[in-house]
Amino acid sequence: MELFDEFPSMGRTGLRDLKKGIDFAFRDFSRENGEAIENFFDPLMHFMVWFEKLLLATPWPIMILVFAALAWLGARSIWVVIGTVASFLTIGWFGMWEDTMATVAIISVATALCIGLGIPLGILMSRSNRMQAVVTPVLDIMQTIPSFVYLIPVVMLLGIGKVPGLIAVCIYAVPPIVRLTNLGIRLVDKEVLEAAEAFGSSYRQKLFEVQIPLALPNIFAGVNQTIMMALAMVVIASMIGVKGLGVPVLRAVSNQYLALGLMNGLAIVALAVIFDRVSQEYGKRLQKHRQGGHGA
Amino acid sequence: MPDIKVSIKNLYKIFGPKGESMVQKVEDGATKISLQADHKHVLGLNNVNIDIPARRIQVIMGLSGSGKSTLIRHLNRLIEPTAGQVLVDGEDVLAMSDSELRDFRRNKMSMVFQKFALLPHRTVIDNVSYGLKIKGTDKAEMRERSQKWIDRVGLSGFEENYPAQLSGGMQQRVGLARALATDAEILLMDEAFSALDPLIRKDMQAILLDLQEELHKTIIFITHDLDEALNIGDNIVILRDGAVIQQGSPQEIVLDPADDYVRDFIKDINRARVLDVRSVMEAGSSDSGLSFASDTILESAMPDMSKADVSSANVTQDGEVIGMVTLADMIGGIARPESHDGDQVTYR
Repeated sequence: MELFDEFPSMGRTGLRDLKKGIDFAFRDFSRENGEAIENFFDPLMHFMVWFEKLLLATPWPIMILVFAALAWLGARSIWVVIGTVASFLTIGWFGMWEDTMATVAIISVATALCIGLGIPLGILMSRSNRMQAVVTPVLDIMQTIPSFVYLIPVVMLLGIGKVPGLIAVCIYAVPPIVRLTNLGIRLVDKEVLEAAEAFGSSYRQKLFEVQIPLALPNIFAGVNQTIMMALAMVVIASMIGVKGLGVPVLRAVSNQYLALGLMNGLAIVALAVIFDRVSQEYGKRLQKHRQGGHGA
Repeated sequence: MPDIKVSIKNLYKIFGPKGESMVQKVEDGATKISLQADHKHVLGLNNVNIDIPARRIQVIMGLSGSGKSTLIRHLNRLIEPTAGQVLVDGEDVLAMSDSELRDFRRNKMSMVFQKFALLPHRTVIDNVSYGLKIKGTDKAEMRERSQKWIDRVGLSGFEENYPAQLSGGMQQRVGLARALATDAEILLMDEAFSALDPLIRKDMQAILLDLQEELHKTIIFITHDLDEALNIGDNIVILRDGAVIQQGSPQEIVLDPADDYVRDFIKDINRARVLDVRSVMEAGSSDSGLSFASDTILESAMPDMSKADVSSANVTQDGEVIGMVTLADMIGGIARPESHDGDQVTYR
């Protein structure tokens, strides 16, 4: 009963050859195309470098004013503004200003990229059930596959640095915005859509006048999730050369520096809380029209 | 014969993957039930033929599932038919290209919805101007025309409110103003007042009749409420299981119901409010000194007769006596017709 004792596997040599084959094929592919792909991402890298430098070169009081102003524009709440200013002052006081700016830079670029790619993809998905059937499992894989696994090919192709870090962050952070854009558009009231159609709306008019505005609260929940997930990737991204709060955390882990790890970890938490509150309050304001009450 | 605005010819709608091949089966006598059971297709509309006169209110009524909402959506092609024709001013709506259809919807036919279907993120005035915006009307004109219709439906002062801040009746006024603002000649109203309280519904019917007196649009009004149909309809079509059972004026429907289904519909209505003296008059003339115009409804004629203490009166048309009515005629007219053999009609 040999069959029951040992799983019939394909054998050591066969397996080794298969793995080797895949590895060599990908290595050849990356040798041939690595440069072209790198050139393709070049403008993105230059932009990221420029943006990070901009944040760092701007005097810190101005940066704090900018953050306070953004918090006010988003949340319209004095408490959120006070919290934001206090957090950044504390971060600066503990000497984490530069790393924090680097993290803010990559999170901002990653979020912008995710929105730019995710919303159109979500719209396409909402348009056709076939598209949804294809994209959904891909998103599932992107969210569940361990990040280290897709770091390997990304690093093989692009080496270590900002761009591969950004790609790794986006792979992890883009699914929620795609999903929620799709969901939001699909949830738009059928009768309202019918009305738009009955008045002779073109496809574009329907999309921009009805579907997207009505899906906006959901789309915004997606943006919020995307920001949170991008922040969660900060430490992993630092493993492949992204500067920021992740780097000291990584150093703290390998050297057992408790205080260093805690301080930088808490700085990431502070950023997360600020981004979350501001974007959530903004999302709530988008739904103001839903509140009833006569003559309000 | 008044001029025909919309003409529906041999219209079939069969829901299901192979609707087209089912048309023949329906022509050969398959019913809604047998089609469902044998072929898993749902019969939506079954050979509908209706000529809708211009500048009148055409009511299409039936119970839920009778196909009335499906039918009205064929007129502006929100639903594609399986077979048949819809002619508007002689032009086949079903043959229009996408852009022709868009122009048609923008300029010729507008619609009011049962659940209002307003844009929740837009204010009242922006909702009313929606159709104009789609057409690309310039801003100042859009504003002015929208304001005119908001005033006309009695919503002045609510321009900057959001729909959620308004009551149901007010929301439907917005829906009505939105439909009127595009100046379309044809107005489709899909159970427009069904979601409203009875009193508000009466109110909206009055507004509609009032508007119609000066606008003379071709209005196609869907309802399941016979009182509403009789109140506002110049003509009524009764649908059952997607087929036309009867069409005619309110008087004709009440006096001569085509079958038990229609008879059942009309058994609880106030006949005195629908029937006019002409429909119950007899030949001859009366010397009571009292006379009624031929379209006086019994409800207002009878108290007059009792006040004058007479039992008969003349019926006049354009000043000429065309017959007479007696109290007995009137009472006979408003008596509920006996049901044929007491059989209860059941509906699915």
